[in-house]
Amino acid sequence: MNLHSEASKGIMLSAPATLYVGFLVAAPLVILVVYSMWTQTYVSIEKTPTLANYREAFFDPLVRHLMIRSILIAAVVTIATVALAYPIAYFIALKARRKTLWLLLITIPFWSSYLLRVFAWKLILGFNGVLNSALMALGLIDTPLTFLLYNEFAVVLTLAHAWAPFAILPIFVSLQKIDPSLLEAATDLGNSAFESFLRVTLPLTVPGIIAASLIIFIPTVGDYVTPSLVGGSDGKMIANLIQVQFGAANNWPLGATMSLLAMLSVGFVALVFVISATGLGRRIR
Amino acid sequence: MKRFLGLRTYTLVYLAFLYLPVLLLPLFSFNDGTIVAFPIKGWTLKWYGQLGAQDTLVQALMNSLVVGGLAALLATSMGLFAARSYVRYRFRGKKVSEALVMLPLVVPGIIVASSMLVLFISLGLKPSLTAVILGHTFLALPFSVSIMKSAFDDFDVSLEEAAYDLGSGVFETFRRVTLPMVAPGIVASLLVSFTVSFDEFVLAFFLSGNEPTLPVYIWSQIRFPAKLPNTLALGSLLLLASVLLLVVAEFFRRRSTKSLV
Repeated sequence: MNLHSEASKGIMLSAPATLYVGFLVAAPLVILVVYSMWTQTYVSIEKTPTLANYREAFFDPLVRHLMIRSILIAAVVTIATVALAYPIAYFIALKARRKTLWLLLITIPFWSSYLLRVFAWKLILGFNGVLNSALMALGLIDTPLTFLLYNEFAVVLTLAHAWAPFAILPIFVSLQKIDPSLLEAATDLGNSAFESFLRVTLPLTVPGIIAASLIIFIPTVGDYVTPSLVGGSDGKMIANLIQVQFGAANNWPLGATMSLLAMLSVGFVALVFVISATGLGRRIR
Repeated sequence: MKRFLGLRTYTLVYLAFLYLPVLLLPLFSFNDGTIVAFPIKGWTLKWYGQLGAQDTLVQALMNSLVVGGLAALLATSMGLFAARSYVRYRFRGKKVSEALVMLPLVVPGIIVASSMLVLFISLGLKPSLTAVILGHTFLALPFSVSIMKSAFDDFDVSLEEAAYDLGSGVFETFRRVTLPMVAPGIVASLLVSFTVSFDEFVLAFFLSGNEPTLPVYIWSQIRFPAKLPNTLALGSLLLLASVLLLVVAEFFRRRSTKSLV
């Protein structure tokens, strides 16, 4: 191989990063698959290949329940975050004058530790917390509100806050790319402002919406910190159960099986979403 | 501008929603009471004063600095070369390689953490700071690659060609022309990678064993109500550090590129 050709230079320079990420993605996958077919017997691991863990994970109502709840919570978080973020991206991309300043303002709070932001929400929503004490000091309520913390609502609110800039930025980029003459043409052809938004702007930002949704949905399904801190027992998600297998329950083979199943479920839902969203984007046009 | 009053108001309310939770930690870290609720009892700095005396905290801070520093160096050196190859050369498998190095951004944390734990144990590497460094390098790499890519995007190749024509070798050209030109990008990448590692919790929670990093230490303190004021003070310092680091990183990044996002 000619070491001085363009192609081989490119391959050589990108090799360390590619191999590093490739190895740390592929090798754990292989080992997870192997582990998922072993069984834990007290302190030792029985290495005869079996599908017992898959059977257990499939038929255990708790696993199924937490998996479905994780996917539903992630879906609600994704929809809420994107819907709340769209007007912001629209405002910055098309109406605001100092775009850079606005983008900076949006991203600054997220340059802080995720753990601390979730912790802050726990303090806000608690029984004797910031929100309740503020409302009581203002005389708006007499007794603390109890529905704020330790449920799905708290999880969705916290995650919608945590993912905000990840929704705004991709939609902003796709709005930036729209040729203004398309909107002028829509207006000249007799569309109202709302019609031209629905028929020109929205369909053209579908790629941005898809990107934002995937960036939010995939990591959210496997989120550990938020359900642990603000979820209570009603808001636990699959990651909490996986952590228990690797921690207190000390059943790594079952934990590996759950990780794999979570990954497959996320991949499947994401794929269905991309295909249907792309189709929908074409139809409204 | 009057027409967008509704949209503008919504944006301001949304900004308040983004900022209030984050500003709450510093606000209550100066509160004289031990309960995080209104009204605020009085103002004090004593919670900050007590931090330095806690040995486990200082040790966790040291661990975090070592992990963040090494992860930043590793991620940036791999990211630098990868980004250069993506911007400068055409080769087979480039698209696949570019997509692959971005993958750590979207893999759920619990899956990365559990699978790396299993991998490292299988390879004979016990949970330790080394394991956390390797994991954080993986997580920081996409940030490094995208920062370095925009740095190389605005780099004029003819400068390198001029250096070659004037008789410089490959390494000399790299050291005396390429490196100084993309240096702001490198600084930005180092700072961002460091901050990614410094703030990361789940992976460190799984991989650090009995050598906690700062977020793992904070996690262990959160459940003790008596420690709450100290945790708030520590958290506020951490917030300040992250924001400062990234403002500096942003300054360097903007010097290295003309792009908006």
